[in-house]
Parts: sequence; C-alpha cells; structure tokens
Amino acid sequence: MSDRVAFRVEGLTKTYTSGAIAVQALRGIDLALYEGELVVLLGPSGSGKSTLLNILGALDIPSTGRIFFREHELTGMSDAALTAFRREHVGFVFQFYNLVPSLTARENVALVTEISKRPMRPEEALERVGLGHRLTHFPAELSGGEQQRVAIARAIAKRPEVLLCDEPTGALDSATGVTVLEALYEANRDLGTITALITHNAAIRRIAHRTIRLADGRVASIEANAERMEPAGIEW
Amino acid sequence: MRALDLKLMRDLRRLWAQCLAIALVLGCGVMVLVLATGTERSLRLTRDAYYDRGHFAQIFAAATRVPKQLLPEIARIPGVAQVEARVSMNVVVDLPGMVEPAQARLLSLPASGLPVLNRPTVRLGRLPDPGRVDEVALSENFAEANGLAPGASFAAILNGQRRTLRVVGLVLSPEFVYLIGPGALMPDDRHYGVIWMNEEPAAAAAGLSGAFNDLSLRLTRGASEAAVIAAVDRVLAPYGGTGAHGREHQVSDTFLRGELGQLGAMALILPPIFLIVSAFLVNMVLSRLILLERPVIGLLKAMGFTGREIAVHYLKLSIGIGVGGVLLGWVAGGWLGARMTQLYTEFYRFPYLIYAPGTASFAISAVMGLGAVALGAVRAVNASARLRPAVAMQPPAPPLYRLGRIDAAAVRMGLRQTTMMILRSITRWPGRAAVTVLGVSAAISVLVACFFTFDSIAAVIDEAFTRTNRQQVTLHLAQSVPATVTEAAAHLPGVTRVEGAFGMPVRLTRGWRSALTQVEARSDGDTLVRVLDGNGRVVAMPPAGLVLPETLAAKLGVAPGDVVTLSLLAPPRDTVDIAVSRVLPQSLGETAYIAAPALFALMRVAPQVNRLNLLVDTDRLPALYAAVKTAPAVDGVLLWTGIRAQFDATIRENLIRTVMIYAVLGVLITVGVIYNAARIQLSERSYELASLRVLGFTRAEVGYVLVGELMLLTFLAIPPGLLGGYGFSALISAGFSTDLIRIPLVISRQTYVVAALIAVVSALGAALVVRRRLDRIDLATALKQRD
Ligand SMILES: Nc1ncnc2c1ncn2[C@@H]1O[C@H](COP(=O)(O)OP(=O)(O)O)[C@@H](O)[C@H]1O
Ligand SMILES: [Mg+2]
Repeated sequence: MSDRVAFRVEGLTKTYTSGAIAVQALRGIDLALYEGELVVLLGPSGSGKSTLLNILGALDIPSTGRIFFREHELTGMSDAALTAFRREHVGFVFQFYNLVPSLTARENVALVTEISKRPMRPEEALERVGLGHRLTHFPAELSGGEQQRVAIARAIAKRPEVLLCDEPTGALDSATGVTVLEALYEANRDLGTITALITHNAAIRRIAHRTIRLADGRVASIEANAERMEPAGIEW
Repeated sequence: MRALDLKLMRDLRRLWAQCLAIALVLGCGVMVLVLATGTERSLRLTRDAYYDRGHFAQIFAAATRVPKQLLPEIARIPGVAQVEARVSMNVVVDLPGMVEPAQARLLSLPASGLPVLNRPTVRLGRLPDPGRVDEVALSENFAEANGLAPGASFAAILNGQRRTLRVVGLVLSPEFVYLIGPGALMPDDRHYGVIWMNEEPAAAAAGLSGAFNDLSLRLTRGASEAAVIAAVDRVLAPYGGTGAHGREHQVSDTFLRGELGQLGAMALILPPIFLIVSAFLVNMVLSRLILLERPVIGLLKAMGFTGREIAVHYLKLSIGIGVGGVLLGWVAGGWLGARMTQLYTEFYRFPYLIYAPGTASFAISAVMGLGAVALGAVRAVNASARLRPAVAMQPPAPPLYRLGRIDAAAVRMGLRQTTMMILRSITRWPGRAAVTVLGVSAAISVLVACFFTFDSIAAVIDEAFTRTNRQQVTLHLAQSVPATVTEAAAHLPGVTRVEGAFGMPVRLTRGWRSALTQVEARSDGDTLVRVLDGNGRVVAMPPAGLVLPETLAAKLGVAPGDVVTLSLLAPPRDTVDIAVSRVLPQSLGETAYIAAPALFALMRVAPQVNRLNLLVDTDRLPALYAAVKTAPAVDGVLLWTGIRAQFDATIRENLIRTVMIYAVLGVLITVGVIYNAARIQLSERSYELASLRVLGFTRAEVGYVLVGELMLLTFLAIPPGLLGGYGFSALISAGFSTDLIRIPLVISRQTYVVAALIAVVSALGAALVVRRRLDRIDLATALKQRD
C-alpha cells in the first residue's frame, strides 16, 4: 500500500427509481482508495455496498457526485470510454461466480485474456488460484469454491489495476472461502492490484489494509488495520 | 477458436430444437424460392434449347389451299428467313381394340426428308421412307398411351377413306411440347395425337396435290413480326388464309408460357410469407434468449466487452440459424426442383431436360433468408447491447402485472385461476402473443391460398364441363354445311338430341389493338352448349352486337357500347364495324359470341354448321362410334365423358401431390411458431409452473396453463389467417391467370375449415411436445433456479 490516491469519490449519491418508488442507495459518499491497498467494505444488507462498488467499477453511474481514477474523471465519460476503462483496468468477482456455463474453466479465463492488452496465459492465471489441473472442466463440474477461484483467475488474468469483489465468499463455507481469499490476497500482494472486497463477514476485515463501514448509504467509519493477518488464519 | 465463438457453438447446440424450428420455417421460404425460380429457369432453358435445336417456327398460318408456286413470293417477304409449307388435316383414327374413335392431326413431311422448321426428333424407329405411302411416325405420347410401337398398324379415315397406316417411328416436336386437341381442355394422350406422313400421300388424301394449307416461318434477326404477319396475310387472303400469328397463339407455347408465368408468380408470392414469419420468429426467440442471457451480457460488459462486440455475438447466433435454414432450403429446394422438373415431362414432352436451377436463385434466397433473420435479430440485440451492466447482471425484476378491464371481466366470469394465468400472460406480453398469432395466421393463410387453387380449378371444371358444355359428343365437320344437316344427324345411332354450332376465325381490331380469335354463332334454342354470365344465368344474345369474354375485352381495351372492327377470316372475308353489347366473366377461352342470324346476315349465307353437339343414349354409343369412324364429313370427335374423366384424374393426382407439399409447409410454420412460443413460455415460467406443482396441481392442470394459452392464441389466429388467405388467393388469382385460363376467386367453406384444422392440430402437437418437457421438470431444480 502507498499513500498515493487511486480512487477519489466526492459527494456520491445514487437513487433508484422503479415505478413510483424511489430508493436512495447512496446518500453522499466521500472516499479515497490508495494505490496497492486492499480494503474491505462492511455493512448491513441494503447499506449500499454493491451500489458503491458497481459505480467504482463503472458498471453503473451515480445520480450526483464525482469519481476520479488517478487523473481521470469517470463521471461524465461516454459509455464507450467507461467500457474501455473496465476493459483495461478493472477485474470483477461476484458472489455467484457468474461464469459462462457453456465455457470450460480455461475458456472462461480466455474470454478475458482475448480482449486484454498484456494478459497472462489462462493456464497461469488458473495455476495462481490453484486450479491448474481443472482447465477443461465446465462450471457445472466444479465446486462452488472452485468456480469462484475460476472467476478470480478470470479477473486477475488481464493484470488489472483494480479488483472489485462483491461478497466473493458469500456463498461458500469457511474452509473454501479461505482458499478464495488466499487467491485475492496473493493477487494484491504479488501484482499490487487495488482490491476492494465486500463482505458480510467481519472476520475477513483482518486481511485488509483498511476497513470501510457503510450504513444507510453513508460511510459510517473507516479504520486502518494495524496488524494484517494472512487468510489462512481466519475462520468463521 | 475464440472463447466467445465457442460459447456460440455450444449455445446453438443447446438450443438446437428451437433453432431447428426457426431454420425449418426459414428453409421453407428459401425452398419455395429455389424451387420456383429453379424450376422456372430449368423449364425455360430446356424450352429455349429445344426450340432452337428443333427449329421451332415463329410465325404460323393456315389457309384453305395455297399453290406451291406462291412459296418464292412468301420467301421474298422482307424479314422471312425460312419457310416450311406443309399439308395439315384433322383425321379420325380407328385404333385396334378401342371402341371409340380417336383423333389426330396429320402433317406432311417434305419429300426431301427432315423439315426445315418444326423438326421432329425421332425417339424410336425412324421417319417414313420417302416414297412409302403407308408409313407414318406418331407423336410419342399418343403411341405410348395406345401401345403402338414401330411395326404396329392402325386405321385412319383420310377424306372418307379408311386407310391402314404402319408406324415406323415415334417422335417429339417443339410444336407439340404440350399436345392438346382442338376444343379439348387437357391433353388426352389416348384420344389425340399427331401423325407425320410423306407429303405425297398426305396431299393426295387432303386433295391438295401441288398445294399446301399450313405455313411456318422463321424470321431474320430484328425483323418485325407484325409486318411479316401483315404481308403473309395479304398473300394468303385469296387462298383462304385464316390469319397468320406468332407464337403467342401457338397452343403448346402458350401453355408453356403460362406455366413459366405461374412459377414466376409462385416465387414472388410465397417466399415473402415464410421469410417474414421467420424474421418474427428469430426476433421472438432471440429477445427471449437475450433475456435469459442477461447476466452473461452484464458479465461481458463488466469485463469490458463493448456493446458492439456483444451485439455481434448474438447476431452471429441468428446468422447461424439463418445459415442452417438457408442450407436446408437449398437442399430441399434443389432436390424438389429436380423432381418437379422431372414431373414436367409428364405434361410437357421434351426430348431432354436441362435441370439448371442457376446460382441466382440460390444467391437471392440466401441473401433474403439471412436478411430476414438478421433483421429479426437486430432489434433484440440492440436492446441487449444498451443494458447497463449493473442492471443486466441482476435477475430481471418479476414482471409487473396490472389489473385491467379484461381481468375485471374475467374475474366476474368466475374463471379458474389457471385460466386467469393464461389471460394475464397474454395481456402482459401482448407483443409476444401477437407474434404467435401472426405466425399461425400466416400458416393458415398459406394453407387457404394453396387449397384455394383447387377450389378455383373445381370452379373452372364445373363451368366448363357441367354448366357450359352439356353435350356428350361433339363432332367436328370437315367443312361447313347447311344447318339442315342436323336433321340427318338426328338419325345417327343413339342420338337423342342434336344441336348444330358454327364458329369461324376472325380478327377483332380496335385502334392499334387487335386479337385473332373465333366467333361463335349462337342460336336461341341452344341448350347443350351455353353462354353464361357471372351468376350462371344463360345470356340472351343481343340481336346485332358482340358478346365478349372479359379477357378478350381487356386485350382489346373495349367496354360494352364500344365499336370494334370485325374481319371475317373465311369467305366472304368482309370487314365490318360492330358494337360490343356485353362483356362476360369467363374462365376458359377467348371466343366471341354473336347471334346466329346476325352472323349469317353478315356472311350473306343461309344458316350453316361446322360442329354438331350430341346427346346420346349411352347404351348405343358403340354404334355411334362405329358410324362416326366411317363418316366422311366428320374430321374430329370430342368425347366429353372421356375428357371429364381425364381431367378429374389429372387434377386429383396433382391435387394430392401439391396439397401434400403445401400442407407440410403450413404445418412447418405452425409448428415452428408454436414450438418456439411454448419453449419460451416454459423457460420463462418454469418456476411459476413448478410452484403450481408444489402446491398440488396435477400435471394436466399445469400443462393446461401452457397448452391452453397457445391454443387460445391459435384460435385467435384463425380469423386473421382466413382473411389473409383470402387476400393471398386474390393475389394468386391475379398472378396465376394466363391467356388461356382465368382463375376465378372462389374459396369453398371446406378450404377454410381444413386450413384452420391443420393449423390447430399441428399447434396442439407442438404444444404437447413441449408439455412433455414440463412433465419432466425436476421440481427442486426449477424452484432453485430463481436466484
Ligand atoms: N437496481 C435497483 N433498483 C432498485 N433498487 C435497488 C437496485 N439496486 C439496489 N437497490 C436498492 O438500493 C439499496 C442498496 O442496495 P445494495 O447496494 O445492493 O446494498 P448492499 O449491497 O449493501 O446489500 C437497497 O435498498 C436496494 O434495495
Ligand atoms: Mg450487495
């Protein structure tokens, strides 16, 4: 982790309107994420974690407020520019793995490496997450933890600067979850990937540099983690 | 291969049944296009090649007796390249083992051997040896139908004399690709044929030694046909010329042209229906597929795939379906086209067939087929490419139902909840329901339009055989004779009623338009052959004016009250101006009618006849036949019972064949539409339907929700389908009418019922197939699938 700011968020709000009902998911967020850091986002369900992460990754656009990634302002960028931003800089990992069911593990990773500028080989990415031996398996033939690790391999294969993970262990048991966290932890350590990780699980915050708590669409607290722990030491 | 393309291949494999259903519908359109244009082209090329090699003439003329000395003068007419003069006469033929008389056209072969024009192609045996007076060649179909091989003999009545002729060869001629007797409506190979004989005996039999009565010409390149015709008419007028004409009045060529025109019309009318339906189907399936693929699309966007890349991916899927459909259509169309071209040999006698569907029909059909699916896909793909990734990745919100007026009414009716689910589903997705209704109604329209052609033919038959021509036998007389002959004819064996008839060749002219046709004298007392108006009522002849069939009136551009110029092409060869009194809708023929007294007054002769229409005591037909076979005055016999039977048999055979093809097409569209709609329903509502099962509904009750909705839509499709069918039939009636047959727009109730029934049954079949999948759904998985 360094003290150079990578993401800067100012006065971010997001309101969803579906029909007559308007839901305020984010009510004014000011935040900075630093180069090379691993942050954990905590907060009760519905507090706006996913919304924030989606906006950071340009999957969604805020209602008001501004976001900067390094010297570029993401807000106001065209759809094509946002796509290019995601393509070049961001990797995603979701709670339900979101693999393409008709593609094998290797092909799911290749999907991304084929459109990246300086990717690692799919095999290498899968080896990093400990799945070098399951290259030709389809998602349906893999366990939940393995699927999630394929998703991580897919996310890191393009050597992204940012890795955004929305409850990557949410559907996994403790032991499996740890292997997934290890993959993320190592990517952050070895590749210097800025990693933001949403979780329900307070124990996981111990592997992070910092923990950001959200409540009701606002930042409730930010605390730095004096003593980081390796994922292997965590249990839940 | 790129990972995204791998996904595409596997998607296609997973969705094979749905893709196949669409591909089949698309394939039908492509097939009809390839079939129609391919057959048309093959037939046209075959015809052109045959005409060329057989030196088919371009101008034809008949006269009473023209001295051969006139030939150099004819050859000198500017624009004439080749001249063929011959003797032509109608003869009654007495075939071994056949009670009834047959009829033939006897043509002379020049002493030099092969004619310059209209060359017969020897299929078996040889042409008559010069100098042999009893040797003849026969048209192949006539010989085959009567089992006459080279070496066989038969009798013909030549100018009242019974002569035994020996068959030495079987031939085909470009003049008789479609061979039909005078006054007949269909080829009757058993009873009508052509005999080629050496010139000397033929001329002797016809009393035309040193003369000819039939002339064929070929023009030099760029010559004016009209000018040559006018010149020939001037030369032949003193010798009884009945008006030279081009190929447009040559019977065989006219039928061929009509057939080619119909094939062309078929290629214009049918394929668009199939292509439009498949475009809608592709749209329906792709929109649905893309809805199911929303999370994947969101994911691809999250990874940084651009909207265009994603759109191209799904466009490729539809193109994959399109390519499948086009290939299916090519194979089926190519194969059926070859079969169909082969079938034409039954009707059209060519010595060889060129099957050359041409690359154009394949290329055009591919462009149209792929265009249709691409068009259908574009809309669905566009919508997908626009989704915000964060939105796309979430499962779609549960559909928003609203209570509307229909619901209120349904509730008041106390409908069961499963029925309510059906109604809500339709009102919630009106667009999708509309596509299903549109597809099924297109299928019904195709079926109606196809069955209609048989209704119209039945109407033509009814008009020709039961309402207009009520005689059993028509005798053609070699010469016009005083009308008093009818009294003598009444004494022929078995004859119970005789009515004389008289017709002569005329030219009708109005302004720059002119038509060569026949005029028929009509007497008040005629009951056997009638002239009917559009409502089937007997038309009373106006005392002086002409009554014209619509087709002829249209050709001349005249309406009742207009005056036309009538030129008699037989003595006294006068030209007079005469008013058109009435115009009648009529399916067959272009004969003009006039009251007998008016015509004979124009001709300045006592009433005459050249045909006798007879009613006969059927028990005594053999005696009548025997008498006719030896009657010198009779040069042709038309046996109407035989024609009717022949017509019925031919039509029935064609009917079964064509109905099969089109019924299959109709079934394919219906199945394609309903199967896809059902699969979409199933994938979309499996959760809902599985929940019903969990609640304790039986398989049948749950199946009802699925099948009931589709059948309701099918029933809704019937009225627009029948209406559309009427529209297509109107198009076909206009597009398929030829110079010879006007296709009346008559659609029977049976046609409507059968078309609707076929659609309903195939829809039910398709829906039940999908219902079986519903039965196999694993409840636990179906319920889990939601998150
Ligand atoms: N697409 C959406 N449409 C409407 N409301 C939404 C949508 N996405 C999220 N919300 C609402 O916004 C709020 C924040 O949601 P989210 O960011 O997913 O919370 P978290 O991830 O912390 O559980 C919730 O109240 C949620 O219901
Ligand atoms: Mg969330």
